[in-house]
Amino acid sequence: MSASETSPAAAPASKLPEGFTAVPPAPGRDGPGLAGLGRLSLVGHAVPWLIAIAFFFIAEGYLSMGTQILIWILFALSLDLALGYAGIVTLGHAAFFGLGAYAAGIFSIHVSSDPIIGHLVAIGVAALFGLISGALILHTTGVTFLMLTLAIVSVLFEYGNQARGLTGGDDGLQGIKIDPIFGLFEFNIFGQTAYVYALVVLFLWFLVAWRVVHSPFGRSLDGIRQNARRMRAIGTPVWWRLLAVYTLSAAMAGSAGALSAHATRFVGLSVLTLLTSGIVTVMLILGGTRRLYGAFVGATIYFVVQDYTAKLSPYFWEFVVGGMLIATVLFLEGGLMDLGRVARKGWARLRGHRAEGP
Amino acid sequence: MLSFTATLLLDGISYGMILFIISVGLTITMGLMRVVNLAHGSFAMIGGYVAGYCTQRGMNFYAALAFAAIIPGILGGLAEVTLYRPLYRKGELSQVLLTIGIVFVTTAAVSEIFGAFPYPVQFPDYLVRPVDIGFRTYPAYRLFLIGVGAAIALVLWLVIENSVYGAKLRAAVDNPHMARAVGMNVNLLFTGTFVVGCALAGLGGAVGAGIMSLEPSYALKYVVLFLVVVIVGGEGSFKGSFVAAMALGIIDTLGKYFFTQAAPYLLYAAVFVLLLWRPQGLLPPKSAT
Amino acid sequence: MMTAPHAATQTAMPQAAMPAATGPVLSVKGLTKSFGAIVVAQDINLDLAAGARVGLIGPNGAGKTTFVNLLTGFLTPDAGTIELAGEAIEGVVPEQRVRRGLARTHQINTLLTEDTVTENVAIAVAEREKYAWRMLRYTPQWRRCVAEARQRLADIGLAAVLDRRVSELPYGQQRLLEIAIALALNPRVLLLDEPAAGIPSSDTHIIHDVIERLPPQIAIIIIEHDMDVIFRFAREIVVLVQGRVLTRGAPAAIAEDPQVRAVYLGRTVV
Repeated sequence: MSASETSPAAAPASKLPEGFTAVPPAPGRDGPGLAGLGRLSLVGHAVPWLIAIAFFFIAEGYLSMGTQILIWILFALSLDLALGYAGIVTLGHAAFFGLGAYAAGIFSIHVSSDPIIGHLVAIGVAALFGLISGALILHTTGVTFLMLTLAIVSVLFEYGNQARGLTGGDDGLQGIKIDPIFGLFEFNIFGQTAYVYALVVLFLWFLVAWRVVHSPFGRSLDGIRQNARRMRAIGTPVWWRLLAVYTLSAAMAGSAGALSAHATRFVGLSVLTLLTSGIVTVMLILGGTRRLYGAFVGATIYFVVQDYTAKLSPYFWEFVVGGMLIATVLFLEGGLMDLGRVARKGWARLRGHRAEGP
Repeated sequence: MLSFTATLLLDGISYGMILFIISVGLTITMGLMRVVNLAHGSFAMIGGYVAGYCTQRGMNFYAALAFAAIIPGILGGLAEVTLYRPLYRKGELSQVLLTIGIVFVTTAAVSEIFGAFPYPVQFPDYLVRPVDIGFRTYPAYRLFLIGVGAAIALVLWLVIENSVYGAKLRAAVDNPHMARAVGMNVNLLFTGTFVVGCALAGLGGAVGAGIMSLEPSYALKYVVLFLVVVIVGGEGSFKGSFVAAMALGIIDTLGKYFFTQAAPYLLYAAVFVLLLWRPQGLLPPKSAT
Repeated sequence: MMTAPHAATQTAMPQAAMPAATGPVLSVKGLTKSFGAIVVAQDINLDLAAGARVGLIGPNGAGKTTFVNLLTGFLTPDAGTIELAGEAIEGVVPEQRVRRGLARTHQINTLLTEDTVTENVAIAVAEREKYAWRMLRYTPQWRRCVAEARQRLADIGLAAVLDRRVSELPYGQQRLLEIAIALALNPRVLLLDEPAAGIPSSDTHIIHDVIERLPPQIAIIIIEHDMDVIFRFAREIVVLVQGRVLTRGAPAAIAEDPQVRAVYLGRTVV
């Protein structure tokens, strides 16, 4: 639409200056964000779940690793809500994972070994902790906030280390016994129950995450992430929204922790370390934030890399993952799920150069 | 009683000195470049391992210390130019992620090369010996730490307060835009300062290896402590980092003695409360003095 | 592309009807704020009736943006009261003040740069309608928010770029979007913080036209350095110097006022 096509009014069409009419050419509207995921067809959505189900039948010997992957997918998914969508830069999510794991473990030893009830208790504990800690710290931002999350994890770790009677200290919490689920499905060394259990829990939480993210609430979180000041300027109660998603994310992470405790019947102090927070963050970034399925990609890749490189040396995986993280941050802003888009852009640019000529 | 208190204080101060030597570089670079650098502990760790490697092979202690400072300094300079610089404008999340990646890489490298067990630095005999300080005998090592820390603090203070470089540094910390506008080569300033900060960290990691033992998990284990010194003292504040490091060292030592059970998490809990109460830190923020 | 407003009939932009306010819609009394020894606001008084058009001028550093921050709640005054539609709002957080009808635009564009123009306004509408807290999936209400957003954007002249991402827009259109978002909140009081800032003077007439067509019942304070805007648009001018109200009055009187001239020009102009 050029400046000459003004309304056929009596007043002469004003020649509008460049700053107001120069409309740059529209690129394809791709890129990270809610739109990208919304365009996945039902078939696209089914793929990861079908793979997970197929895995159950095909890879008998790898079920315990598969369960671990599912657990960490859930953990990374929880972080995607807080970090990816809401922009809450935290290194403290290990706190919720660890609390959920310990709560589930301690509950099964001292109160009842029913897994469902124990799981719900763990979720409750993690959510409550998320609510309280979030209420205390969410008004801060930046390095201060990051430090506070680190401090929280450190406090929990040190407390867990001290309270040997309750947590087993640095030997870890052992002797966890889990009853069969619904009295029918027994946890055993073959790991089938654990796998299906983890898959079902992951699926349920995924539905929740999907709903939350594709909702006006989720949309406002995205706005808060982009520009909290702008959101306040339109009347958004930013703090309350962040608190809500932080609590939900804590509940999910706690659920993942409970799964971990139930699946392995062991909780080690390492669940409450900065390293754990770092690993789940790496998984999410590798896979891509704000995609929900990024968590799936990232966790899987992480475990696969770890498994393969462990044969070379016990430390190589950490090196590779660190390198991947650095490369991702420097070159691939949307994580590996963005690889397709970046490749397409590069290809288009290449072809554009050829077409342009001298 | 006095002797006992004095001992505790000396313990705390010597520990604080290590924290200061390592963290002062971090506070200046965080205040100057506003970059969240979780990998600072890695440079300290590398310095420590370098010193350990050299001293274990019989090199002169002070030469080893020199290497412990130089090598992390060089690595820091390279890292700043290639890895950190692209991220200055990219926001905190990218910086956090990048530096975590660096931590992972350095931790793995160190594990691979030196193994997973604590790696000792061979201090010369005269440092390992206890020394008579009047009211009791006390490890010479800790006195050495206090001496080194004080010397470095003095040199830094002279440089920052009285030199042209120091003036430029303070100006750039206070107002980077203005600094650029008056023609300061801010890139050079950043890189140079980063190199110095990493060199100091390496030195601190080396001399402090007797108290803060060197192992692959060093960087992650202690990063919270370094960040605490920086945040409590105020980002970019040299004096603040000194005071905060001393305070942290003394409090942690006293705490470990009096509340052995509760000490570790009381410290972090105290940090938590402090950050909520005064997010900018205890001392006035944003000046390199 | 923007439709040039008809010279003869200036159509004001539509706005939902608001209940008529009795008494001033915004009342500021004795607003004072210092940072240590620096006084940024000194005993500022201001009353705005519905439909007011007040220009706030003053040299740089006079405290204009500080005043806006005090009004919007990002700064807490040391003394003084602020009443919006008769209710005191000194203790009210900024987002609540917005919900009560106090909107602002920013001197530097504060937009959701990853989203489209329509989405920026639609989100504001959704917040206004208290719809944005829902965690269930989008319902038809979102479509209504979008429809309203598109209509408002067309009114302000951004119809051509409804689906462009903000980061791709030229600066002038981003400034318009700032205003559109604030209007979408159906405010009682609108604070325009240098709406023409950063736009070359040859193009500022676009902003001027938009400002003239703002809904008449909104009380508007406009901060500007651009005297054309102020004198064309304001019915009352308040001059702020070093945190104090130097003088106030009708535009013609202010233009003649020797004190004001001295402040701006440093000397009396004959």
